[in-house]
Amino acid sequence: MAGQAADLVGNSMSNVIEARDLRKVYKMGEVEVEALRGVSFHIKSGEVISIMGPSGSGKSTLMNTLGCLDRPTSGEYVLDGEPVASLNDDQLASIRNRKVGFVFQSFNLLSRQTAITNVELPLRYSGNLEGRRERAIEALKAVGLEDRMTHRPYELSGGQQQRVAIARALVNKPAIIMADEPTGNLDSKVGSEIMSLLLNLNKDFGTTLIIVTHDPIIAEQTQRSIRLRDGLLESAS
Amino acid sequence: MSIGRAFLEALESLSGNKLRSGLTVLGIVIGVAAVIAMLAVGKGAEASITGSISGIGTNLLFVFRGDQADNVRNPKPLTMGDAQALGDQFAAPSIAAVAPALQGDAAVSFGGEQTSPQLFGVTPAYFQVRNLTLAEGELITEEHMLGRASVVLLGPEVAEGLFGHTDGITGETIRIEGQPFRVIGVLESKGGGAFGSEDNQVLVPFTTAQTRLIRRSTSDRVDISFVQAVSVDVVTQATEEIAQILRTRHRTPVGADDFTIFSQQDLLTTFQSITGILTIFLGGIAGISLLVGGIGIMNIMLVSVTERTREIGLRKALGARRRDILIQFLTESSLLSLIGGIIGIMFGWLISFAVGQIASASGTAFTPVVGIDAVALATIFSAIVGLFFGIYPANRAAGLEPVEALRYE
Repeated sequence: MAGQAADLVGNSMSNVIEARDLRKVYKMGEVEVEALRGVSFHIKSGEVISIMGPSGSGKSTLMNTLGCLDRPTSGEYVLDGEPVASLNDDQLASIRNRKVGFVFQSFNLLSRQTAITNVELPLRYSGNLEGRRERAIEALKAVGLEDRMTHRPYELSGGQQQRVAIARALVNKPAIIMADEPTGNLDSKVGSEIMSLLLNLNKDFGTTLIIVTHDPIIAEQTQRSIRLRDGLLESAS
Repeated sequence: MSIGRAFLEALESLSGNKLRSGLTVLGIVIGVAAVIAMLAVGKGAEASITGSISGIGTNLLFVFRGDQADNVRNPKPLTMGDAQALGDQFAAPSIAAVAPALQGDAAVSFGGEQTSPQLFGVTPAYFQVRNLTLAEGELITEEHMLGRASVVLLGPEVAEGLFGHTDGITGETIRIEGQPFRVIGVLESKGGGAFGSEDNQVLVPFTTAQTRLIRRSTSDRVDISFVQAVSVDVVTQATEEIAQILRTRHRTPVGADDFTIFSQQDLLTTFQSITGILTIFLGGIAGISLLVGGIGIMNIMLVSVTERTREIGLRKALGARRRDILIQFLTESSLLSLIGGIIGIMFGWLISFAVGQIASASGTAFTPVVGIDAVALATIFSAIVGLFFGIYPANRAAGLEPVEALRYE
C-alpha cells in the first residue's frame, strides 16, 4: 500500500483514468439499447470531476464502468495503469477493492454493524488484515467521526452516515473516489458540508474525485465537468 | 476472512431475525432429535431382546420330539437314555451338559391362593444349563432325585402369587395337584424370556414329576432336553453331534429326523436382523423430517438472499469476490443446521431418556441407547443438510451482478 501511495505521488500528473471509445449495449428483451456510444476522455490523478447529464443519458452506465462494477461492451479502459475492460469478475472485485472507493446517494451502510465495522468492510476483502482497526480509526478521524465509532447507522444523522460511508470509501487508500449523488439524500446545509469534506479530502490525500450529480451548484465546485447526452460526450469543459 | 470472524458475523446476522432463525432451527432440531431418538429406541430394543436371549444362554440348545413341519410319522419320543447318550463326552465333545426335563401345567395352591404356572420336572444339571440362580433356599439335588422327594422350587412370580412376597418362603408346604410339596427355595427373577416368563414356573425333581405329577405313556420319556454347548463357538458342532447321536439311536433315515434341535444362536440372529431393519426403518423416517428441516433452511436462505440483495451488491462493490459471498451465506446456513443439530442431539437424548423412563415405569426393562455413532451420524448429516441446502441460495447470492444488486429496492 505504501508503494502504491508513492506511485500516486510520483505520477501525480499522469492519467488515473483513460477511457477510449467506451460502448455499452444492454439487451432489454428483444431490443438492444445503446447506453454508451463511444465515449473517450482522460482524468488526471488528483482531479475533481463531475459527471452530469439528464436521466437516460448513460450517466449511471458510465459511472458503473468507471467504478469497475460493469464491463464495457467494447472500448478500452485503463484505471491507474491497469487495463480493466477484459478482466473477469474476481479480478474486477479486486480492482474495486484496491483502487475505487464508492460513496452512494443512500449511504448503503450495514444497518446492524457499528460505524467502525462498516469502515473496516473493504479491508475484510483486501486480504490484508493487519492493523485494519487502526486504519479504520484513521479514516473515521479524517471525516471527523472519531467520537461516533461504535454507533450504529440508526443512531447517526444522515450527514454522519454519509461521513461513515466516505470513511469507508477512503480506508483502502483508493486511486479514485466515485460519489454517486452524494448529497442527494441530504438537506442543502448538510449537503454542502459533505461536499466540502470531499473536496478537503481531495486536497489532503490527493485522491481523484468523481462526482455524479444533477446539481449544477455541485458541478460548479468541481474543476471539470463531463456532460453526457444520449450516450455521447456533450462537452468536457 | 478468518473462519471465526465469518461465524461471528453469521451469528450476528442470524440473531438479527431471531424468530425466523429460531423457527428454521426448529425444523433441524426436530429432524435430528427424531433421528437420535429413533436410533436410540431401535438400539435399545435390540439390546433388550438380545440381552434377554443371552440371559437364557446363547450356547443353549433345545432338543424336542418331532420335526418342525410334522412330516415324520410316529416320531419316537426322547428318552432318559437319549439324554444320557448326549452327555457322552466322547461321542459329543462339544456338549457341556444335558438337562432332560418333563414339562406340564400344574395347579399350585397355598392357603386360599391358587395359580397355574408351568411345571418342570428337572435334574440337578438343569440349573447349570439354564443359568438359574436362587434367591433363597437350596437347589434340587441327586438325593431328591433318588428319593423322589416332594420338594419344589418356586419361580418368583409364583411365590409372589401364592404368598404375596418372595422371601422367607422356604420350608412352607404348598399343594401341587392336591399333593403336598415342601418349598426348598425361590428362584432369582430373570424377566421375560423368549418362551414366556421364566419367573412363572415351578421346578420339582425329575423322578417326582415322572411318577407323581406328569404321567407319560413311556416310563422314561423326556419332553425336552436342554443342552449346553461348551461355548458359543461350537454351537453348530454341538447341533451336529446331537443330530448324529439321535439319528443312530432312533434309527431314522437321513433327512427324516424325528426330533428338532433349536439353538439360541438362530433366535438371536433372527431378532438381530429384525431389530436392525426396524432401526433403519425408524431412522429413515426420522431422516425424512431432517430433510424437511433442510428444505426449511433453503427456503429461509432464499428469502434472506432476496432481502439482502442490496447488502450483497454493496459488499461486491467494496471488493467481495464471488467466493466471499458464497462463504458468507454457506456459513449462515451451516450455522443454522449446526445449532439445530446440537439442540436436536440434546433433545433426542431427552426423548430417549423419557422413553426409557416410561418403559421402565410400565414394567418393561428397556433402555434406549444413544450411541456415539448415532450422534456422529446426526451431526454429520445435519451439517451436510445445511451445506447442501445452503449451496443453492448462496450460489444465487454470489452470482448477483453488483450493478443490479445495488439498484434493487
